[in-house]
Amino acid sequence: MTVAKSNKPIVWGPFAAGGTITAFVTPVLVLLTLFAALGFVPSLLTYENLHAIAANWLGKLVIFGFILLSLWHAAHRLRVTLHDFGIRADTWVAIAVYFIASLGTVATIFYLLRIS
Amino acid sequence: MSERQIQLEVLRYNPETDSAPRFQTYEVPCLNEWVVLDALNYVKDHLDPTVSYRWSCHMAVCGSCGMMVNGEPKLACKAFIHEYGDQIRVEPLANFPIERDLVTVVDDFIGKLASVKPYLIPKEDKPVSAGEYKQSPAELKTFKQYTLCINCMLCYAACPQYGLVPDFIGPAAISLAHRYNQDSRDGGREQRQEVIASHDGVWECSFVGACSEVCPKHVDPASALQQVKVASTIDWYKEHLMPWMKK
Repeated sequence: MTVAKSNKPIVWGPFAAGGTITAFVTPVLVLLTLFAALGFVPSLLTYENLHAIAANWLGKLVIFGFILLSLWHAAHRLRVTLHDFGIRADTWVAIAVYFIASLGTVATIFYLLRIS
Repeated sequence: MSERQIQLEVLRYNPETDSAPRFQTYEVPCLNEWVVLDALNYVKDHLDPTVSYRWSCHMAVCGSCGMMVNGEPKLACKAFIHEYGDQIRVEPLANFPIERDLVTVVDDFIGKLASVKPYLIPKEDKPVSAGEYKQSPAELKTFKQYTLCINCMLCYAACPQYGLVPDFIGPAAISLAHRYNQDSRDGGREQRQEVIASHDGVWECSFVGACSEVCPKHVDPASALQQVKVASTIDWYKEHLMPWMKK
């Protein structure tokens, strides 16, 4: 039996990378945001410092990569989860989740480019 | 040894004569130390010899007595009565057609198992006189847990993907393929990848993880499948970005 090997690795690679980021980075961001909301802002993470990171092209690229991969991961995971729950409208689910993820990605580019 | 009366609801179905499955309830005087398989054997011996189910070893080694116990895939020989209430419902393993009562048709799994070549394909043939194939404890450790699979198919009954996509090769077969792929003495990975790196292979897995939760031997099939995904992804990039790198 010879079956073509799947090309799934192209989409699974970024999905797995996004999952790793979501698992390790997102909780840290949530925690830091909570601290900031309560008024505890470490000096390293003051507004001026974060703004400087986002103003630098390398910083923009890293932020963009994180957000793109997280969104891609979340969209794909949601699609697969809905499929596991037996929702059979895969085409519509796929269009909806990837559309939202794309929208987030475009918004990320837009807002990142505004920071200088 | 305390005795307990339980109501055992058994799914009964003979596809040749019955139009639909039904439940039949038996009053079974159980000892609290019993497992569900003991209760079924009591029914078979004392109440109703027509009940059909598979079993053999009664010690979680043979993998024959897999069934749904109160909706969860379990080995009937490992599901203790004291962990359940007075009503216990047993059904055949989910996601498989019913042959008779609690006996399922397992041809699909057996075919998939054979397709992944779950046996050692030696890297190099050498005569017996050349001695044994040596393996270090560290090399053994990379796959030992995956050798513990007893082909009980609980993971297939638990896997929502297998339920939705019947062509999915599934947890146990892919884990066993991985077990031999990881074996330092083996050279058959290319042949197995033809099957498990296909679309119906590992890529149908959506990492629900139910397979690992229900596995009675702690094989952790989900971990094997994720490792296969990583390895297949590396393969893909090697094949497409570095085609001159022939292994």
